[in-house]
Amino acid sequence: MADTAVQLSVTGTRAPGRGGDRGARWGTFVRRHRIAPYLLLVPALGGIALVYLWPLAQMVLFSFQNYGLPQITGTSPVQWVGFGNFTATFADPEFWLSLRITVLFAAVVVPLTLVAGTLVGLLLNRLGRKMSAFVSTAALLAWATPPVSGSVLFYWLFNPDGGLVDWTLGKMPHWLVGSTDWAGYNWTTTGALPAYTVLTVLVVWTSFPFIAVSTLAGLKTVPAELYEAAWIDGAGPWRVFWRITFPLLKPIFLVLLLLSVIWDFNIFTQSYLLFGGLANRNEFNLGLYIYDKAFTFPPSYGLGGALAIIFTLILLIVTVGYVRSSVRQGALA
Amino acid sequence: MISTRVSARTARRTRKIVLNCAGLLVAVVTLFPIFWMVATAFKPSQEIYSLTPSLLPSHPTIGNFRQVIGGQASGIGTVWLFFRNSLAVTLVAVLISSLVSLLASVAVARFSFRFRTTFLIMLLIVQMLPGQALIIALFREFDQLNLLQNLLGLIVVYAAQALPVSIWMLRNFVATVPRDLEEAAAIDGASALKIFWRILFPLVAPGLVATSIFAFITAYNEFIVALTFLGQAHSSYTLPIYVTYFFGRGGAEWGPIMAASTMYTIPVVIFFLIIRRRLVGGLVAGAVKG
Repeated sequence: MADTAVQLSVTGTRAPGRGGDRGARWGTFVRRHRIAPYLLLVPALGGIALVYLWPLAQMVLFSFQNYGLPQITGTSPVQWVGFGNFTATFADPEFWLSLRITVLFAAVVVPLTLVAGTLVGLLLNRLGRKMSAFVSTAALLAWATPPVSGSVLFYWLFNPDGGLVDWTLGKMPHWLVGSTDWAGYNWTTTGALPAYTVLTVLVVWTSFPFIAVSTLAGLKTVPAELYEAAWIDGAGPWRVFWRITFPLLKPIFLVLLLLSVIWDFNIFTQSYLLFGGLANRNEFNLGLYIYDKAFTFPPSYGLGGALAIIFTLILLIVTVGYVRSSVRQGALA
Repeated sequence: MISTRVSARTARRTRKIVLNCAGLLVAVVTLFPIFWMVATAFKPSQEIYSLTPSLLPSHPTIGNFRQVIGGQASGIGTVWLFFRNSLAVTLVAVLISSLVSLLASVAVARFSFRFRTTFLIMLLIVQMLPGQALIIALFREFDQLNLLQNLLGLIVVYAAQALPVSIWMLRNFVATVPRDLEEAAAIDGASALKIFWRILFPLVAPGLVATSIFAFITAYNEFIVALTFLGQAHSSYTLPIYVTYFFGRGGAEWGPIMAASTMYTIPVVIFFLIIRRRLVGGLVAGAVKG
């Protein structure tokens, strides 16, 4: 395998003599039929098939079957149910609630992250070397914090029992923070709005650094003369951004936008941990809803499958945008 | 004349001060949660639950860390056990995925063949698939393979999950290695294996390091697969599952929890600092080019 793996397209590479006659013949076979690239791809394709393609195919099958507890335990056979799982899903108000929450959350967090990240990126570009290094290191730390640590940490910050946020809000004057009794306010189980406020703060905190650093990388490629010319013409920062920076960085912003949408739609770890697992049904987003349908007793792989297909289709629409913009920028060359 | 120059200088100085203040504000806001995690980890419990929280621990203690290391905090084992699990899983997974994705990226970068573009587009799409959507089938598949409640199952999943991004990043590094070098070596009679080890491998090594660390961080942080696969197999828990295990029980002990998550966070932070320059490249390289 290793011998053939390294034919490396070098025309006229002599077949390695190791393994004697059979090795040489194998080498000739590989070259004549041009199968070297396919051989190189086999392990990768196997892995991708194992964790992506095969499960995806399985989910499609499940979505048309009555795959529930009796079928999982094997007490009754699996039957095809047509679009039954899909109609059941669309008839479930909890599905629509979780979909609405997912879309609203992305609609709030994506722009927040992008604006915050871009502003910090612009700031980093204007700061002196030392200050810029300091701020970007700070941002890097937030970015590096694993999702689990971040969730546990924000759960503690917003905890009703000794959490810093409630204590601070409790000390503030009522005219500023409203008349809610903040000391002991439970953010994560009171309802979807406070719960998602915490999630929003957490997600913006972890994901703005990536946007900022990417924006900064883009800004470094903009020729300084362009800005000088604009300053001399008396353009303000707002105009300079929209007339020069934004058009030039548009490809970067597009990729960042698509990635953010995908990431914020996919949010699971943080919502699972902050909202106390699967305990609060009125705070479900799509990810929690799917997980609940598939694994909470009684489990239904059929419904889970249908939901997975719906979820994947929604994300695919976004992904098509991502793929198209990658292709257009020649990333496949 | 002089006065305008002076005022311009004052304006510039004011702008600099404003910008630096803004930078400082961003840094403080960003760092504060992490600071709070570490500060809580070093506080004795009467300070953690005191009615007026203090910024710094007034009587710093390593008691929380001692509980985490001794295993009393979680009741399922010392933190080193879970460190070992996490490291074993991620290191083996990264090793496998690096090797496999190096082979694949050579195929993609060095050969033109049918389905090449299809394969590349598949890589892009596959890495966007929502994990929660596939976890059900993955769970059932690995149940049938008998790989659920052990580390081997996680190794396989993490190695395979890292492939799309690793191949995508590595193929650029392979493409930058000049073909002439390989051809010259081939003319000199070097075997294919030798060309691979002596020429291609050293030149791609920096790229391999970058993708490996990327894969390492992804696997080290992974939550949903480990949560679903490991179930009650406490001795196989990875660090994120361990941290959430005693966080999930009622009456959370914030001192030990923060100590555990501090210990869990430190290695990733170090990795990020090491590769900070390469981090952005992989994902945005295509966009910057355009």
